[in-house]
Amino acid sequence: MRTKWLFNLQLAFTLLVCAFLIVPVILSIMAGLTVNYLVGIESGLTLRWVMEVWNGYRNTIFLSIGISLACLVVTLLIGIPTAYVLARRQSALARAIEELLVMPVAVPGLATALALIVTYGSLSGFRTSWAFILVGHVLFTLPFMVRSVLAVLMAIDLNTLEEGAASLGASWWRRFRDIVLPNCRAGILAGSLMVVTLSMGEFNMTWLLHTPFTKTLPVGLADAYASLRLEIGSAYTLVFFLMIMPLLLALQAFAQPRLKKFVAEDDIHE
Amino acid sequence: MSDINPMSIALKTCAKTFADGTKALEPLDLSINAGETVVFLGPSGCGKTTTLRIIAGLEEPDAGGQVLFDGQDVTQTPIEQRNVGMVFQSYALFPNMSVAENIGYGLKIRKMPSSQIRTRVGEMLGMMQIEKLANRRIDQLSGGQRQRVALARAIAVRPRALLLDEPLTALDAKLRDTLRLEIDTLLRSLQITAIYVTHDQAEAMALGDRIVVMEHGRVAQIGAPRDIYQKPATRFVADFIGTMNRLNGAVRNGVFTCRAGDLPWPEAPADASEILFRPEDIRVTESGEASRLQGTIASAFFLGDRTRLFVEVGEKLPLVVESTARRDFSRGEQIGLAIDPRGILIL
Ligand SMILES: Nc1ncnc2c1ncn2[C@@H]1O[C@H](COP(=O)(O)OP(=O)(O)OP(=O)(O)O)[C@@H](O)[C@H]1O
Ligand SMILES: [Mg+2]
Repeated sequence: MRTKWLFNLQLAFTLLVCAFLIVPVILSIMAGLTVNYLVGIESGLTLRWVMEVWNGYRNTIFLSIGISLACLVVTLLIGIPTAYVLARRQSALARAIEELLVMPVAVPGLATALALIVTYGSLSGFRTSWAFILVGHVLFTLPFMVRSVLAVLMAIDLNTLEEGAASLGASWWRRFRDIVLPNCRAGILAGSLMVVTLSMGEFNMTWLLHTPFTKTLPVGLADAYASLRLEIGSAYTLVFFLMIMPLLLALQAFAQPRLKKFVAEDDIHE
Repeated sequence: MSDINPMSIALKTCAKTFADGTKALEPLDLSINAGETVVFLGPSGCGKTTTLRIIAGLEEPDAGGQVLFDGQDVTQTPIEQRNVGMVFQSYALFPNMSVAENIGYGLKIRKMPSSQIRTRVGEMLGMMQIEKLANRRIDQLSGGQRQRVALARAIAVRPRALLLDEPLTALDAKLRDTLRLEIDTLLRSLQITAIYVTHDQAEAMALGDRIVVMEHGRVAQIGAPRDIYQKPATRFVADFIGTMNRLNGAVRNGVFTCRAGDLPWPEAPADASEILFRPEDIRVTESGEASRLQGTIASAFFLGDRTRLFVEVGEKLPLVVESTARRDFSRGEQIGLAIDPRGILIL
């Protein structure tokens, strides 16, 4: 009896916390679908605001998705080898680099952005291209990729696994492909989700780095909230959700491990 | 199972100094015959693993050292081209692959057609009696099962030598005995050159055609298990393998005299001041039997088939004596002792 009572209490608490987090999201989505937010839901439902956002801000959404995917590719290409090297080296230098990697996270985004503008601002072609924002995003998100891959690599006995594979004849590349990558899948997934969502939602730095031609979704969202109707801002949020959810789910599915089934010789012939 | 073509292995002046300056191995010469099972035995840190890793190609010997496989210099050949099977203490099975995939991995690397891989993996699963586990993930296996998979994986590629680094240390005593027997049978039926590292002397005695006893990065003695036990070359070997008793004293007129009394010993060398002997070469005298050696029982452990006695004889350490007599021994009891002079060693 006692355990049941306890279970109910935990359930109630969990639901309460969920409600606390989810209700504002639902309200915001509803706001984006109502004709007039101040009047309330009685004023009727409409897709007008969603369409307006789609027509006016479509490009910011595509730019954001583009930048976050590019950011993911770059952090994967740099982050995984970096984590691999850091995991294999036990030296003090490796540990120091590991600590240094957190710096871009600790330093305020505005400061990083200013530093980038001061250094590269005069390269006008670069300054006005989306690659300029990408550089900032990579700086900011790379530590998350490296850290989550590194954490997984440290937890498995990577050296011995690789030695085992080498003793079976696997070259360096085969070992990396067959042993290292599959075994840090969980870390790569965690890092990827983090990188994509962080890049997608990054505002601080991007607000300084952007130009009228390179407006990302959060910057556009801030514009919308500041200068337009609340309904438009809310519809913006709704569109954002609809776009990012499939992306995150696809990432998850992509990283599912697969074991091939062994069928014994005699079973095949039967 | 004669599909394995065993090779001989030789080390020539292989020393190893690690980057941090640790001198793990003094220059070492060693030759291992094709098809032989050699056991490296020694206390922790004596350089067993380092030697094995040099043979495998996971460590490079200091300049001047050479590793020869069938007389060919392979010192510069990386491990992936040496074709030696390895079994690690931690198994090193790939968690991202099933049991069957683990066993077949080396064959896949060798680009064997998948139908042949399936046949060979099936063969290995059968040989290790783990057919039912083929599709399990590694984390769904017990320690003993993991060890079987590790062995199967190493053997599947038909290596020219099998290197095992303390493969049984992580298992409990009972399972260790079973697997030790299995490994012994396996190595003999494969007739593969095998090097087996352990610090368990019972394991070494049971498995080795020859044992290499190591101490502080040096070889202390190489020989068949019986030779090492009965004719240890140094005090270290004598103490490390089995139990050794010692008595201090002096020889006069064919009698060795010590604190415990007199030991008639016609062939005694005149300068013997310390004698060593195994527990099986000393016995408790029957009541009524004349005895010139006396001791006091310090403790007695009944082991079922025999009683192990620790007998105080005025030396630094008590003597270990085993008795199969059907009687009780009690602490403080005075007993007579007799030593078989044929078992006495002087080192
Ligand atoms: N990578 C390394 N760097 C520095 N020193 C090392 C390294 N590996 C081993 N050593 C040292 O070399 C010596 C021999 O080590 P080794 O691992 O060969 O011992 P072992 O006989 O296998 O011992 P154990 O029975 O404990 O496994 C030890 O003193 C060890 O500390
Ligand atoms: Mg070792």
